[in-house]
Amino acid sequence: MIHVIQSGVLTTIQDLGRTGFAHLGLSPAGAADSVSYRIANLLVGNVGNAPALEITLLGPTLEFETSTMIAISGSRTSTSLPLNEPFEVAAGTRISVGSLVDGARTYLAVRGGIAVPEVMNSSSTFIPAKIGGLQGRPLKAGNRLAVGKQVAGSDLKLPLGLGVILPLMREASVRVTLSLQSDWFDHGALERFQLQAFTVTDESNRSGLRLHGEPILPANQGELLTEGVALGAIQVPPDGQPIILFVDQQTTGGYPKIANVIAADLPRIGQLRPRDPVRFQVVTIADAVEWLRRQEHALRQAFGL
Amino acid sequence: MRMHIASASDSALFISVGNAASLETHRHVISLFHAIEQLRDSRIRNLHPAYASLLIDFDPLRLTHAELAGMVASLAPHPVPPNLETADSIQIPVCYDPEFALDLSSVARHSSRSEEQVIALYSGGDYFVYFLGFAPGFAYLGGLAQELQVPRLVTPRKHVSAGSVGLAGLQTGIYPNDSPGGWQLIGRTPLRMFDPSAEPPSRLQPGDRVRFRRIDRSEYERLARQQEVGR
Repeated sequence: MIHVIQSGVLTTIQDLGRTGFAHLGLSPAGAADSVSYRIANLLVGNVGNAPALEITLLGPTLEFETSTMIAISGSRTSTSLPLNEPFEVAAGTRISVGSLVDGARTYLAVRGGIAVPEVMNSSSTFIPAKIGGLQGRPLKAGNRLAVGKQVAGSDLKLPLGLGVILPLMREASVRVTLSLQSDWFDHGALERFQLQAFTVTDESNRSGLRLHGEPILPANQGELLTEGVALGAIQVPPDGQPIILFVDQQTTGGYPKIANVIAADLPRIGQLRPRDPVRFQVVTIADAVEWLRRQEHALRQAFGL
Repeated sequence: MRMHIASASDSALFISVGNAASLETHRHVISLFHAIEQLRDSRIRNLHPAYASLLIDFDPLRLTHAELAGMVASLAPHPVPPNLETADSIQIPVCYDPEFALDLSSVARHSSRSEEQVIALYSGGDYFVYFLGFAPGFAYLGGLAQELQVPRLVTPRKHVSAGSVGLAGLQTGIYPNDSPGGWQLIGRTPLRMFDPSAEPPSRLQPGDRVRFRRIDRSEYERLARQQEVGR
């Protein structure tokens, strides 16, 4: 058992998400930075989809009843806990994750995974519908977490060359492809979209990141019939301030979409903090898929998969 | 009907079958939705049907946009899906008690009818599920009588109770969970519309036909107790 002494700002149980229910209005949820989540799990020798803790901005304090192998991956923390390498926490020990210093999220995986029942094929906490994780809620002080048996093999993995795949590149441009209503925006608006640095506002969460900058307005103010929206869609409401729709997003929407974050850069969106600058760079779909392929290849190679 | 296929993202293909919500576009969307579901292709992750379009989320490392577009184009023509036309309507009991019907008087005023006439008109309608969105299990229903068309609330409510039946424009819907909401509320159903432990988790599916059955407060309470026991 793991005792939650302090919960942190927003600590939830996540896995790779809940696919196949968008037609019932459910977004995928799942780890906001899926790459760091997977690294943490791989480091402790878990299967790829084992439930782990997603820690946001300020981490929890946890007490481990029995000796447990854990790993932390994602943002660095204000403590001396090792990052990107597995370590043993002795029975009866408390660890405080501290505050996150260079990203919005970090993942704490325990060998065997956190044992929680699956809801609709996933353990991901989806707060808007109060499902998954621990009764669909973030962790609270006093919660007790059981450790599961989702171990892939006996060996702990010691990765090589993680640097190239870590999603903590908050200064680099976020790569996007053009989307369904990009042609609603004229050349000037598309240029302003790509040339300025937007700021992530405080009203950002797992459902969407609200950005602030010089407004981007479509040339034609048409009415859009509500349609399905893809993960990472960048929609522009009438005030011209873009919103990046994220893992807990609504599945349909009626605002025009100027662009869409590429799949390989979605984990980086999960690391953006309020007040961070964000720049966008338009790339082709072929390049976007190639970068996803390389990211996947690098991750597998680092862990010898 | 012509299909227009476009890329929404590096992992999503968008199929449009028109620019307006109509029964014809709805049937086309639902046919496509069922046909693609029946492929049971693990490379396809999520389907997002809407009024006149279908967004397909897929794994771009195992399927290309062109391959998927080819698969979609070769699906036509498909039979009318089972839950359109032939299947029985799903009955949803609705209680119009004043405690639940917070906007019934305003709807009555807006449509120049009595509250009883509004309830009779609403209960006599044949509805269909365009799609689900906004929240898990929230079905956008078409088929509302023209006379009952009302605007959204100017200021949305911060709290709408689960089961509330609302109207907005030419649509009607039931809030599956307690949530904020801007639709005008005329009644409440005791049924749970979304239950993650049920199979399927949502009482209504895209393409379903729906009718509303009027119940009184005592039947509402009885059914609500049954729902609790069934949990």
